[in-house]
Amino acid sequence: MTDDLTSLTMNEATRLLRLGSLSSADLVTAHVERIERLDPRVKAYLRFTPELWEKQAEEADRRIRQGDAGPMAGIPIAVKDVLCVRGVETTAGSKILRGFRPPYTGTAVGRLFDAGAVMLGVTNCDEFAMGSSTENSGYFPTRNPWDLERVPGGSSGGSAAAVAAGEAMIALGTDTGGSIRQPAALCGVVGMKPTYGRVSRYGLIAFASSLDQIGPFARSVDDAALTLSLMAGYDPLDATSSARPGMEVLNNYAAGVKGMRLGVPREYYDVKGIEPGVKAAIDAALFILQKAGAEIVDVSLPHTDYGLAAYYIIAPAECSSNLARFDGVRYGLSEVDAPNITEQYMRVRRKGFGIEVRRRVMLGTYALSSGYYDAYYLKAQKVRTLIKRDFDEAFQKCDAIVSATSPTVAFPIGSKTQDPLSMYLCDVLTLGANLAGLPGISVPCGTADALPVGLQVVGPQWGENVVLRVARAYEEASEIRAEVADVA
Amino acid sequence: MPSDWEVVIGMEVHVQPRTRSKMFCGCSVAEVNDPPNTHVCEICLGMPGVLPVINRAAVEACIKTALALNCEIPRHTKFDRKNYMYPDLPKGYQISQYDLPMSVNGFLDVGGRQVRIRRVHLEEDTGKLIHAGDKLHKAWESYVDLNRAGVPLMEIVSEPDLGSADEARDYAMELRSLLRAVGASEADMEKGQLRAEPNISIRRAGAEPLGVKTELKNINSFRALHRAIIFEVDRQQKVLESGGTVVQETRGWSEAEERTFSQRSKEFAEDYRYFPEPDLPPLELDRAWIEELRAGLPELPAVRRSRLATEHALPATDAALIAGDRILADLFEEATRAGAPAKQTANWIIGEVAPTGKVPSGENLAELIKLVSDGSITRDQGREVLMESVETGRTPAEIVAEHGYAQVSDPSELRVVVEAVIDANPKAVDDYRRGKTQVANALLNEIRKRAPQANPKVARELLLKLLA
Repeated sequence: MTDDLTSLTMNEATRLLRLGSLSSADLVTAHVERIERLDPRVKAYLRFTPELWEKQAEEADRRIRQGDAGPMAGIPIAVKDVLCVRGVETTAGSKILRGFRPPYTGTAVGRLFDAGAVMLGVTNCDEFAMGSSTENSGYFPTRNPWDLERVPGGSSGGSAAAVAAGEAMIALGTDTGGSIRQPAALCGVVGMKPTYGRVSRYGLIAFASSLDQIGPFARSVDDAALTLSLMAGYDPLDATSSARPGMEVLNNYAAGVKGMRLGVPREYYDVKGIEPGVKAAIDAALFILQKAGAEIVDVSLPHTDYGLAAYYIIAPAECSSNLARFDGVRYGLSEVDAPNITEQYMRVRRKGFGIEVRRRVMLGTYALSSGYYDAYYLKAQKVRTLIKRDFDEAFQKCDAIVSATSPTVAFPIGSKTQDPLSMYLCDVLTLGANLAGLPGISVPCGTADALPVGLQVVGPQWGENVVLRVARAYEEASEIRAEVADVA
Repeated sequence: MPSDWEVVIGMEVHVQPRTRSKMFCGCSVAEVNDPPNTHVCEICLGMPGVLPVINRAAVEACIKTALALNCEIPRHTKFDRKNYMYPDLPKGYQISQYDLPMSVNGFLDVGGRQVRIRRVHLEEDTGKLIHAGDKLHKAWESYVDLNRAGVPLMEIVSEPDLGSADEARDYAMELRSLLRAVGASEADMEKGQLRAEPNISIRRAGAEPLGVKTELKNINSFRALHRAIIFEVDRQQKVLESGGTVVQETRGWSEAEERTFSQRSKEFAEDYRYFPEPDLPPLELDRAWIEELRAGLPELPAVRRSRLATEHALPATDAALIAGDRILADLFEEATRAGAPAKQTANWIIGEVAPTGKVPSGENLAELIKLVSDGSITRDQGREVLMESVETGRTPAEIVAEHGYAQVSDPSELRVVVEAVIDANPKAVDDYRRGKTQVANALLNEIRKRAPQANPKVARELLLKLLA
């Protein structure tokens, strides 16, 4: 019975909650029991928030009885460790922030709380969201619920694994170069990155400010769509947030793909290193979409090859500045015995930051240095403009772009940690949408070697509804549902 | 300063615009003596996850200042990050403006000369460190006060167009008048609202290349600015004349020792790794708004000064004093419009209003001047009436009527007082009658003490008549 409750979608659970045949307290208990049983092996969570789930579930049950509950009332959610929640230790997966309890709750999480969501805990991630496997966590690696010897993807690996393992109904992640979509693909769940500016970044511990966006993980497109719509919309605390109404992400999104033109970029379709099993799953997905009435068209994103290089200049450059505040002076790890301030900075940061974070801080510092700025940062920004233009031109020929989310299925733990470049290549199909600021989703599209494959849909700017429409039509036509992993 | 050296000074002036809140968050702007860390929030503390939002009032003050300085306002402007780590800088970077400042290419008229303005841009202030001990690297303990962190600052950068300590001081004073006139800042140097940092170099007269410059900091009055420059020019001259070289560096001014001292060598120039602030979209300022601000600018001090001097035939010094302060200048014009004679109005404003800071309405001042000049009250009474009028808001005529202040000019009424004073001072009377006529003044003072409302002219005539 309890496992039945943890495999419900939000849509199904909400119906039962409204009918009174299920309470939020029971739903939470079912999830907590499953977490207790499975999470010692999956390790999706860094920490739990019983003080929040007790209060929020009780409140949700009361409001459901009163008939004034919000759209997410009583739904258990997990929150990535980069999103600040008042009073809840939030560390960005890093030892440098150990013990830091934000004095405020970020906008996106706050909006879900207002809608009645119940927070179960904080999920693991790569340190400061830098990574594609969650192995860069300052605490421990998270495991893929479908094969515990493999990674869940990253950086939002804990959130993806929690939803895949039935340890949360919805989870929040952040996506800077694919950090929602890639782990969603590798864990067989739905994960969506909105248009840059759609969801306020206030309360998101920044990795790369011009690329970061918050988005949902769910086990259905409908659940992802609803969650996104509740977080979206203007926030006076984020100058980069759009004034467009958040609810427009749902416009017409259940209309099906009949008559839509779906572009397949040849640079994505034949990307270097794509596994045959992944390619086969994508071919099957394209066939299903065609059968559902979409027209599949050939498009080109000619600057794709330069995207990875540009991304790995821009993101580290911004991170080198964003992470300067972690100096041990006001919060987190500190060093009281340092003989002087410079030595304190060095000791705190050497002790607090992991190897990948230090690598990117140094890369970014170098790229911004006087004498190198033009050759690296400025050049990368020009490439970024070309990549935006690529997408603009492609959208002249199609309504949305479809491809694999990741060239590979989940890979064994430890197989890429010695080779940062091979890890960086995990993002090759996803980071274009970040550079161009576009919305993208990953939906499950079958398996290869018994491991999940994700189908990525990317839409034009502010075209979340287009992306959701294609994803939902595919979900319906393929009859492939995000399933809860049994966890061996 | 022998004539074969030429002094070249450029000024960087940081001005705190008049805003209620900080540059990028809602925190109120602290007063100088507020307890440490009482005007802070997660944003200006640089907590993880926070974002800046631009303060519109600061942008408005900056644009007004730039327009008053005849600057161009480019169509595109943006904020940049200036990266360096220091405990008074919570984010590890200062949000400032690098290559696309809010405004460029202006000038300020100083004593009939144009000083070119290179740029006026906006940025945020840092916090303050308090060391238990001497320097940060040697202190036992250091404390951080972030009340000032994130307070808006305008940076006004001049070209090196100033040639002496006098010119530099006049420039700074003119700038202060202008900032006050447009309402952009209170520009109080002692409160740190205006911080002037001169860049100074000297070269042989007629030499083409500029000398090596030093930048002076810690200057908190116009007097200090003047003295610091004189000291520094003299120091550089001695260094060069003894065959040494000037080191490019930042030097602090010590008020106590009246000298500059080396603070930070710029030999190893810090690389600030400027790049566009990704958290703030580039600003496209609404041109209509800029024109609205331009149209709303008050008359600037230089213009007003020459107008007051010509229209009202005021001496140049009076015109400068009055035009330098918008409140005084407005008062002057209101009072003269209400019929008060210009010179007397100027005297009252410079002599009574400016030193006390008690500002009446123009109409009340005009009425007061009239009461004094037509002999209804004495000047001493006038001073008191002025104070009372400012405090209570009532008109001078009302106050005079209520207190019976009206001057007594009828000799028959004054006779009693004058006779009483004569009776009480037989020795003085005797001296007078023996030819020491200056004693009459002492007796008149006695009369004024006993009867402040006495018309001094009538009282004098009566006294002399009774003594004769």
